[in-house]
Amino acid sequence: MTTTKPAPAPSTPASTAGPDAETARRWLGQMLLIRCFEEKAAELYGSGRIRGFLHLCIGEEAVSVGGMAALGPEDNVVSTYREHGHALARGVPPGPIMAELFGKVNGVSRGRGGSMHLFDVGRRFYGGNAIVGGHLPIAVGLALADKLQGRPGVTACLFGDGAVAEGEFHEALNLAALWRLPVLFLCENNYYAMGTALDRHQAQTDISLKGPAYGIPGEAVDGMDLVRVVEATGRAVQAARDGAGPQLLEYRTYRFRAHSMYDAELYRSREEVEQWRQRDPIPGFQKLVLERGLGTQQDVESLAKDAAAVTDRAVAFAEAGEWEPASDSFRDVETQAAL
Amino acid sequence: MKSTYRDAIRAAHRDALQSDPRVFLMGEDVGRYGGAYAVSRGLLEEFGPERIRDTPLSESTFVGAGIGAAMGGMRPIVEIMTVNFSLLALDQIVNNAATIHHMSGGQLSVPLVVRMATGAGRQVAAQHSHSLEGWYAHIPGIRVLAPATVHDARWMLPLALRHPDPVFIFEHATLYSLEGEYDDAPGSADGWRAEIRRPGRDVTVIAHGGSVGKALQAADLLAAEAIGAEVIDLRALRPLDDETLSASVRRTHRAIVVDEGWRTAGFAAEVSARLAELAFYDLDGPIGRVCTTEVPIPYPKHLEDAALPQPARIVQAVRDLVSGPRAAAGQAHG
Repeated sequence: MTTTKPAPAPSTPASTAGPDAETARRWLGQMLLIRCFEEKAAELYGSGRIRGFLHLCIGEEAVSVGGMAALGPEDNVVSTYREHGHALARGVPPGPIMAELFGKVNGVSRGRGGSMHLFDVGRRFYGGNAIVGGHLPIAVGLALADKLQGRPGVTACLFGDGAVAEGEFHEALNLAALWRLPVLFLCENNYYAMGTALDRHQAQTDISLKGPAYGIPGEAVDGMDLVRVVEATGRAVQAARDGAGPQLLEYRTYRFRAHSMYDAELYRSREEVEQWRQRDPIPGFQKLVLERGLGTQQDVESLAKDAAAVTDRAVAFAEAGEWEPASDSFRDVETQAAL
Repeated sequence: MKSTYRDAIRAAHRDALQSDPRVFLMGEDVGRYGGAYAVSRGLLEEFGPERIRDTPLSESTFVGAGIGAAMGGMRPIVEIMTVNFSLLALDQIVNNAATIHHMSGGQLSVPLVVRMATGAGRQVAAQHSHSLEGWYAHIPGIRVLAPATVHDARWMLPLALRHPDPVFIFEHATLYSLEGEYDDAPGSADGWRAEIRRPGRDVTVIAHGGSVGKALQAADLLAAEAIGAEVIDLRALRPLDDETLSASVRRTHRAIVVDEGWRTAGFAAEVSARLAELAFYDLDGPIGRVCTTEVPIPYPKHLEDAALPQPARIVQAVRDLVSGPRAAAGQAHG
C-alpha cells in the first residue's frame, strides 16, 4: 500500500464572476449525466452487457465538463480511452455512446471500437485512443491541417499523467511549439498511471513545469473545481486562438473508481480515496449553485432525474440496436470511395 | 524521358505539389539538406517552408502528425529517412494509421503517403540495412508499394496520393542512382498489379524492389543455359496480385521467390504459401526461396554480398528446381 497523499489544490485564481444560472445548470446537468451514465455502465458490465475494457472517469467530471465548455464547434478534441465524460460533455449523443459500449451497430463507431474508441467526426471528436500517448502526435497533425488550411480551430488533446512518461509526449510538445500550432495539451492528472503512482513514475511530479522546457506555458489547475477548470481552459484556448502556440494545462483530479473493471486496487488505500471523495466535484458545484442562487434544490433534483432518464433512454437505445453481421466486418478496412 | 530513379521521384513530388494544394512533404532533412538521398533537393526553394517541412528527429510524432493532418483534410507525404528508423514510428503506423478507418466505423480516412528507403547493399552494417517492407505488408488497412523501375518511381506516388488510405512506398537505397526512362503517362503503372518484366516458359522468378534487377540478371544467365525464366516484379506487396502470380506459375510450373528480407516468417513465405494455395496442382516442384541469410547484415563487402540474394544464388536455385527429382525422372522416361 503506498502512502501517496492527494496533492494540495493549486492556487489558481478563481473568478468571482462565475457562470450565469442557465450555464451553471447546464454544467451541473452534464456532470450528473456523466456520473449517472458511468454508474449504469459499471452495472451493465457486471451483468455482462458490456465487455472488454471499461474505464470510468467518476470523480473527474469537472475536467470533462469544464474542458469541453471552453471549446467551440470548430475546435478538435482528441481523447484517451477514459473518454465517456469528454464525449458526453462534447455533446455526443448518449444513446449511440451506450450502444458503442455494447458493441452494437448503432454505436457511434458502429460498435467496432467499444468503450475506448468513441468517434464522432461531425462534432470533431477524434477518439477514443487507447495507446497511451499515441494520440498526441495526431493532435499536432490536426492542428497543422487547420493552420495550413487557414481554419480558426484549436485542437484540444486530453491525456493522463501516465502519458507524460511516453516519448511521444515530449516529441509532440516540442513539435507543436516549434511550429507554433494551436494545440491544447490537457493533462488529466489523476495521480496514477494505471496502478503506478505519479511519484513512482515521474522524477518531477509537477507536470505543468514540463511545458516551459519546450517553450510552452504550463499551468496547474484544481481539477475538482469546475469553475477553475473552465476559466483556466478558457484562457488557454484564447491564447492558442490568438496565435500564442500550444498551451499545457495540468488538471489535478482523481478517479474514485478502479482503473478498469479488472483492477483490485492494491496500490492505494481506502483512506486516500475517501480523502479525495471529500472533494467530489459534483457536490462541490451543487453547493456553489445553491449558495449563489443559480438554482434551487428542486432544480438540482430535477437535473438528477433528467440524468437518470437520459441514461435509461441511452440503455434502451443500445438494447434495441442490432449486432453487425460478421460478413460486414470487412467493411471499412479500406475506404471504398475516392476522397 | 531519361531520368534517374531519384529524379523521377522528385518529378512526381513537383507534379503533386503543383497540382494539389493539400499536398505537402515533411521529414528529416527534406528541406535545407535536400533529403538524405537528395530526392527533395530544390523543393524547399520552389515550394517554401510551409510545404517542405523539416522535422525534428521524432519519427513517431511526425508520422503521427501526418496521420492527423490527413484526417484534417491534407494530403501529407511523410519521408522517413530509412526503414530502419520507421521502427520508431511503428505505434503510429500499426495502431493509428491502419486502424482508424475501421475502428471509427468508417467515419475517418487517413489519406497519408509515407515514403522511405529500404534495403541493404551499401556497407552500412546491421542497423542501417533492414528490408522490413514485408512486415508492413502484414497489416490490413494500409497498402505497400515497392518501385523497382524508373517509370514506377515516377508514377507510384500519384497512385498512392490518389488512394484514400495510408500507402507506404519502399524505395530501395541502391536504386536511387539507377538510370532509365519514364513515360509521360503512367500506363499500367497506374495500378496495383504485378508486372511481368521478362517472359519465360520454364520458371517464374518473383521479386520486388531492389531484387528485381538481380532476378533479371539471373534470367540472362539462365538464358545462356537455355532455361527461360519469367521475372515478375510484384510492385505492390499489399494487395498482392494473386492473379498474375498464379497465371504465370500455371504456365511455367515452377516458382522461385526472391526477397531481401530474412527467410524465417518472412514475406517470401507469404508468397510461397499463396502459390501453394492457388496453384499447387500446377507445380512440378517445391517453391524455392532465395532470401537474405539469417544474420544481422555485416559491414565488410564480401560478408554483406554473401548474406544478400545475388544473381548466382537465384541461378543455382532455378537449376536445382529445374533438375529436381521429378524433372530428372521425367527426362529418364522421356
